[in-house]
Amino acid sequence: MITSQPNRLASGGLIDRSAPLNFRFDGKTFAGFQGDTLASALIANGVKLVGRSFKYHRPRGILTAGSEEPNALVELRTGARREPNTKATTAELYDGLEAASQNRWPSLRHDLMAVNQLFASIFVAGFYYKTFMWPAKFWEAVYEPAIRRAAGLGRAAGAADPDHYDKAWAHCDVLIAGSGPAGLAAALAAGRSGARVILCEEDFLLGGRLLADGGTIDGMPAAEWVSRTLAELATLPDVRIMNRTTLFGVYDGGTYGAIERVNDHLPSPPEHQVRQRLWRIVAKRCVVAAGAIERPIVFAGNDTPGVMMASAMRTYVARYSATPAKRIALFTNNEDGWRTVEAALGAGLQIAAVVDARPDVSAAHRALAAKAGFAVLNGFVSGVDGGKDGVKKISISLAGGARAEVETDGLAVSGGWNPAVGLTSYHRGRPKWQDDISAFVPDGAPPGMEAAGAANGAFGLGACLRQGFAAGAAAAQSAGRDGNAGAPPVADDEAFSLTPLWHVAGKGKAFVDYQHDVTAADIELAQREGFESVEHLKRYTTLGMATDQGKTSNVAGLAIMAAVSGKSIPETGTTIYRPPYVPVAIGAFAGQHRDENFHATRLTPSHHWAAEQGAVFVDTGLWKRAQWYPRAGEKDWLETVIREVKAVRGGVGFCDVSTLGKIDVHGPDAGAFLDRVYINTFSNLAVGKARYGLMLREDGMVYDDGTTSRLAEDHYFLTTTTAKAGPVMQHLEFCRQVLFPELNVQLTSVSDQWAQFSIAGPKTRDLLREIVDPAEDLSNEAFPFMGARKVSLRGGIGARLFRISFSGEMAFEISVPARYGDALVRNLMLAGKQFGVTPYGTEALGVMRIEKGHVAGPELNGTTTAADLGLGKMMSTRKDFIGRVMAGREALAARDRQVVVGIKATDSARRLRSGAHVIPKGEIPGPANDQGYITSVCFSPTLDQWIGLALVERGRDRIGEIVHAHDPLRGEDYDVELCNPVFYDPDGGRQRG
Amino acid sequence: MRIVCPFCGERELGEFTYLGDAKPVRPAAGASEDEVFDYVYLRDNIAGAMSEYWYHGGGCRAWLKITRNTLTHEISSVEPAAGVGARQVAR
Repeated sequence: MITSQPNRLASGGLIDRSAPLNFRFDGKTFAGFQGDTLASALIANGVKLVGRSFKYHRPRGILTAGSEEPNALVELRTGARREPNTKATTAELYDGLEAASQNRWPSLRHDLMAVNQLFASIFVAGFYYKTFMWPAKFWEAVYEPAIRRAAGLGRAAGAADPDHYDKAWAHCDVLIAGSGPAGLAAALAAGRSGARVILCEEDFLLGGRLLADGGTIDGMPAAEWVSRTLAELATLPDVRIMNRTTLFGVYDGGTYGAIERVNDHLPSPPEHQVRQRLWRIVAKRCVVAAGAIERPIVFAGNDTPGVMMASAMRTYVARYSATPAKRIALFTNNEDGWRTVEAALGAGLQIAAVVDARPDVSAAHRALAAKAGFAVLNGFVSGVDGGKDGVKKISISLAGGARAEVETDGLAVSGGWNPAVGLTSYHRGRPKWQDDISAFVPDGAPPGMEAAGAANGAFGLGACLRQGFAAGAAAAQSAGRDGNAGAPPVADDEAFSLTPLWHVAGKGKAFVDYQHDVTAADIELAQREGFESVEHLKRYTTLGMATDQGKTSNVAGLAIMAAVSGKSIPETGTTIYRPPYVPVAIGAFAGQHRDENFHATRLTPSHHWAAEQGAVFVDTGLWKRAQWYPRAGEKDWLETVIREVKAVRGGVGFCDVSTLGKIDVHGPDAGAFLDRVYINTFSNLAVGKARYGLMLREDGMVYDDGTTSRLAEDHYFLTTTTAKAGPVMQHLEFCRQVLFPELNVQLTSVSDQWAQFSIAGPKTRDLLREIVDPAEDLSNEAFPFMGARKVSLRGGIGARLFRISFSGEMAFEISVPARYGDALVRNLMLAGKQFGVTPYGTEALGVMRIEKGHVAGPELNGTTTAADLGLGKMMSTRKDFIGRVMAGREALAARDRQVVVGIKATDSARRLRSGAHVIPKGEIPGPANDQGYITSVCFSPTLDQWIGLALVERGRDRIGEIVHAHDPLRGEDYDVELCNPVFYDPDGGRQRG
Repeated sequence: MRIVCPFCGERELGEFTYLGDAKPVRPAAGASEDEVFDYVYLRDNIAGAMSEYWYHGGGCRAWLKITRNTLTHEISSVEPAAGVGARQVAR
């Protein structure tokens, strides 16, 4: 076991020294403790170099201690769980953790791609546009592959994610983002007032900056106040604390998105547990206490490993007992940076020097420096000596013009603090500039949201507590909870003084956006080239467009733009903020909806029986439908389908058609209503009869078709196609409610209530007599073609029987309550054995409808009119109906429209394919001569050749003409004959027999 | 987004389906082709408060007329759309 952690302090910190952990980074084993992040453990082990930069492959270290980290991105875990671009600063350490650095080859220390730095002059802002413009064909062949190899971040796993993700809803009165002093105070006030509270904290520990910075609250150490507060919150009935949970987005109507990293802190989730959970939280009010992000100062060499944000440096020292450096230098422009000096001295570290941009450092600080023996220099850090092994020396431009150098192995930088304005700006709110802190603060927050504490620009501990408490109490009250919030927690406010400083001019690359390698020079170049607007600046230089969304870089970038363009920072403005605040895995958005659960699966009433028969199923929307029923010895699907078709045409077969949409239409005006939604008339349909109906959209195109039966004077039973079951119901409800409120009619969707089977073939009646109560007369006289009525089955079950035929054979459709569907199909098989009954699937169904010339989905394609389908005569001229006027438009009634016609190949052995284009014989294939296309094809066992339906210009006037089928997709060309679409039994004698 | 259905109470967006502009009124049976063309195709593209049809298919199946600000998604009224698109039609 490896125990040596050279940069770990002997005591202190919020790590559990009784729980040592081993981990591997780039193949080397290290030790850390429970409570570490990967970053803090690397620091404790003296690892400074953790990655290579995106464009120039510069050596990079750890810059921050939080989710704003731009540099320390690693590939975490291995195999299918490998997760690229994971921030070492937020990845919790666990035993056996494996991480690898990114974007380097062959190794992190010896990265050959660092040669990119030599070509830095061509990698400036906009280099893609400038360098790779010509020749165009080089882009795909040469430039893009080369760039993709050289630039980039981590590698995706390349295998399916083995873990599960979940999605959940939560509702509350007051949602709080952040558990620092402001967030906890808000939770106290809201919780005591009786509000339902949810507090989200992205860290695994609660307390925010208190964890590292401490302080005194209500006369006690901050840590004690935090634990007392959490204890009190635990006693309140409806306060829910969610750690490891980041609030990442704000949506309309008080809906918020949060990602909970349920098991990211373990090697893999325990059995039956999810990896992450995506929360949608509906809150009446929201208090954003998300804190602030310390901002870097831009100077040459500011990306050298060992240069770190001052607050991060003291977080590592105080919270993790890990020392990023032994002899720390501080470069600050504000009072807060000095807290790092105090923390470092408290931990027994040396201070090399403090470079303070402010001329007036306080006497107390000067006394501290004198006591500890370090120099306080008024000036700027203008250069860094060092490389992949870290900082060695810094150069300083003193205020008087002189230069100085200081040896150090770690430079802490503080350029001030930027309130985390992301959440408050997601509804296009533009943060406003506040001069005294030289930072943007929230403005125009979404309705119901208020920022408090550092997120609102109030940096003092006392102010954070006051604002948080007040915001929590106000939020509870406006959510209708007016209990006694009690007394607010009290603390002193630290002095705050800052001299704005964004950029120190100097030789060498000075980075603004570490993750995208955008330098101060790039911003200046963008301004010279006219990309001055911040939105242009962002896109031209890619500033702020990396996975960190510019949390540490955006404000510095626009401050530099403001300086070079001679404007103020508020005049320059900010880009638009968009969620998510942190990257969220696509898997979390998908949740359980993946693989076979991507969508719901609907099973027909005969599904389990069909599966027992070995049926092959096809997905039809959400449905699984039996496509065919193969038998032993059949060599392919075609042989099976041919057998099924012949069995129906020669005997009897049945098919589950329960997927059709079914709607009960009730009421005295039911007939009048149907007259308005169908092109043909239903009010004059006799009770006990069925009729085929066609619906148009209001624009005159065919919408849907189906058979509707009149079961009683005031009761019609309407069927739709499988695909349009839902949309037609919605459409009819629109017609009923919005357009025709004067009609007394009600609609009930009964698609799932009825199991429906088509029984077809000359022996249909014989089979039905075995099923139906013998008292029911099924003779042609008593139950003629297009008859429809309720019948009793043997045993007394009520059923509906419709004498309708899609196959062209003598056929019935029978409906029973869905729960009897399975029993019915098994009884049909038993009773039908003597007649050779054959179940058939959707493929045979399709063959028979093409043989019969019935149109279906491929012809009802949204661009065809009733006349195109050969059904123009159905359009009533004696009534108004949906689509009537638009269907009469000149172009929709034109003579040269493409209409449905039959086709067969002149070579009867030729297989047809749908999609082939129809070209007049002898013409050159192409758009100018394109007269339509083949919509549906099948092998017709009845005609013993391939046949099809096609949409062809003036097709029905050209019966007998030989045309050319041109199929460039499959490379096929052949001749087909246009023919009557009704190939089989054109006078309909069989279905009426 | 949340919609307060007059029949079901406050529900989540996923229960609803959007149709579009609720201003056009279906012309009477004898209307000219031009009038019907306007009804079918002509829509205002409003930046601001707009009345729209929404269908509560995941709930009570009511068609609703909702006034929504297209810039902010703020919903200022929700009412049943019964008869909103109707003009007397010849029977």
